[in-house]
Amino acid sequence: MFVLVEMVDTVRIPPWSFHRQLNDAIAEELNKKLANKVVYNVGLCICLYDITKLEDSYIFPGDGASHTKVHFRYVVFHPFLDEILVGKIKGCSAEGVHVSLGFFDDIIIPPESLQQPTKFDEAEQVWMWEYETDEGAHDLYMDQGEEIRFRVVDEVFIDTSPSGPSAKKEGPSAAATAPPAGAEDSAQQKEAPYTLIGSVSEPGLGLLSWWNS
Amino acid sequence: MEVRDANAAMLSNYEVYQLLTDLKEKRKEMVKNKHSTGQQNLNTIMYETLKYLSKTPCAHQNPDTVKEFLTAMLPHKLTKAEKLQLFNHRPQTAVEIQLMVEESEERLTEEQIDELIQKVTDVLPGDPQKAGTMVLTENIRLDLPSRTLLKLQAKA
Repeated sequence: MFVLVEMVDTVRIPPWSFHRQLNDAIAEELNKKLANKVVYNVGLCICLYDITKLEDSYIFPGDGASHTKVHFRYVVFHPFLDEILVGKIKGCSAEGVHVSLGFFDDIIIPPESLQQPTKFDEAEQVWMWEYETDEGAHDLYMDQGEEIRFRVVDEVFIDTSPSGPSAKKEGPSAAATAPPAGAEDSAQQKEAPYTLIGSVSEPGLGLLSWWNS
Repeated sequence: MEVRDANAAMLSNYEVYQLLTDLKEKRKEMVKNKHSTGQQNLNTIMYETLKYLSKTPCAHQNPDTVKEFLTAMLPHKLTKAEKLQLFNHRPQTAVEIQLMVEESEERLTEEQIDELIQKVTDVLPGDPQKAGTMVLTENIRLDLPSRTLLKLQAKA
């Protein structure tokens, strides 16, 4: 689930922090910059593991702060392909089952990766597995808050860095299309930078209560 | 910022859990840091991750468990990823082992799977509360409404 990532960065320590131990000040700055943030194609950063190397600190003209190049290792949440994870069902929608791990929320299990046959109950807005045995058909609901075991089949990284002014230039020429463009921008801003696609289509996967013997 | 190696090492849940608990202790001693707005992200992710990990088997493990587990797994010839998953999840059933070990039907016989389950249960400490109540739940679990299922036989 977690990997160690080696990174290099230049850390700026402002003069009012000069009284602190350099290691502590740098650790705090790195955590401030990276904790709980997604790095593109790397994963969700959790916390600093250790500092491997500190190069010389420099003070540049015009800026009283010191700049230090730091080599460090960071703990990152990045499950490998086909890894088994256990999470809680956040909710169901037509797009699939949304699962959350508490610290990471953007996990989706699309309808085609659910145990077959599964139907979406519109009234209760919940996916249910129609499990058939010799005794008859059982409807197993995937309720909110239930623990679910799933396999990671894919990951999607989206670069959410700001796109710049070129996307908004169409405003003055076509006033009618400006409001939809604005709505699209806000919809795009809600894209998760890191999404996991899961699957529960194998025996043993799905709600833990289905398989506890 | 430059990423030198995006996959320098794999960490077990236990190691991350230890790291976060130690970090929490250190931060408790330096009280003024907690209240500065810049540290809010770190607080959030630490709290949520600790909450998640404390409910997994890694909360009951200790440094000796890691060594014992790795020595116990030597004869089975499992890949690093498979051993890591077994260590993080502590599977109790054959179905779970089949999920975590690739091509388990070809690589492991039924006895080897049972042996694995036995070793995992012995070497890795489980939830002390659950161990006590296991006998009780087995006797009660007889008539459940159709919303939950009794037993699903895994097709081997």
